[in-house]
Amino acid sequence: MTDFDFKDRYSRQIRFRHIGEAGQARISQARVAVVGLGALGTASAAQLARAGVGYLRLIDRDVVEPSNLQRQLLYTEEDARNATPKAIAARNALAAANSGITVEAVVDDLDASNAEHLLADVDVVIDGSDNFEVRYLVNEVAVKHNIPWAYAGAVEAHGTSAFLRPGRTPCLVCLLGHGARVGHDTCDTVGVISPIVQWMASYQVAEVLKYLSGREDALSNAILQADVWHTDVRLIRMGGPKPDCSCCGRREFASLGAGRRALSVTFCGRQTIQVRPQEDVALSLPALAERLRPLGTVRANEALLQFETEGVALTVFSNGRALVHGTDDPARARSLYAQYIGM
Amino acid sequence: MRIRLNGKDVSLPDGMTLRDLVRHYDLDGEPVAIERNGQIVDRQAFEAEVIQEGDVIEMVRFVGGG
Ligand SMILES: [Zn+2]
Repeated sequence: MTDFDFKDRYSRQIRFRHIGEAGQARISQARVAVVGLGALGTASAAQLARAGVGYLRLIDRDVVEPSNLQRQLLYTEEDARNATPKAIAARNALAAANSGITVEAVVDDLDASNAEHLLADVDVVIDGSDNFEVRYLVNEVAVKHNIPWAYAGAVEAHGTSAFLRPGRTPCLVCLLGHGARVGHDTCDTVGVISPIVQWMASYQVAEVLKYLSGREDALSNAILQADVWHTDVRLIRMGGPKPDCSCCGRREFASLGAGRRALSVTFCGRQTIQVRPQEDVALSLPALAERLRPLGTVRANEALLQFETEGVALTVFSNGRALVHGTDDPARARSLYAQYIGM
Repeated sequence: MRIRLNGKDVSLPDGMTLRDLVRHYDLDGEPVAIERNGQIVDRQAFEAEVIQEGDVIEMVRFVGGG
């Protein structure tokens, strides 16, 4: 708990007449989940933590890498050197910034098997993910459990953001149908600069603060699209949901229906493949470290183990999940997993 | 015909549909939402909606990266 006076700490936000003391009290009671802790997720999470959102759940499967430092403002060189899981590094940074709130770190991939468990008990979900697979899943949980969520995305110097409320605005499927999953630009392929990410995160957080402080009347109900390099801003009014939408109209939840984690292999960026067992397992990282030490370089802490040998590297978590670095071939990733972790 | 697209006046061939417009800007298959004269258009209707002289169209790309 913090030794700072509540009213003093949040005085500038309370003095802002559209929030006030009542709004601040509601913000302090609120629970928010942030899915993905890249540039967008960390920017949004930092603003929400400092604004005093009472409970934050930070969900990310990856570890901090040197290429993150250019725009992911919560992470340090030390985090990148240690390959600290992003959720843990972000939680530590935010706990240091505001000890008066609760921040929970979840080092895991959001998928159909855990999405409802991780998202159904919050007031708002913030999308900080880098792919549409996760966004369709978030959209389904949001519609099913009537939770507003904020979409944002950014590549190069342009980005898009919208605050989607089930039953009041269109949902992601109303807007895009189901066909938006493959073949789009990523930060790995075309790059991204920090200002557009910060802008989209700020728009996202502004809408969320309006909603959490009880000022739904102030919501923009618009999709923001901006380009900071060509200096262009568009705002598109959303209107209501599509009555015959398969997701929010007919309540068919295709992504959640996919059920158990059948997929054991997923691509996560250039030259990195995630491999995970069908069910979580309790892996002894110290024992694994002992087995691998003769075969290459091993670094381990309580959360993860890193193993490097002959051009490949594995990051292994205690629930059996592993990131295989240095290949784009799923079969090779599977065989390296089998080869070194042995399942 | 002339229309206003994302705040700029542009000339397009007559008879173009919204689907043609998406293709014209090389965004086929991309996550795109279109507002035509203040109304968001259902994605399934892109093929059938013929653009008219003077239309005001906003075309938004939903961006993937985070
Ligand atoms: Zn819908």
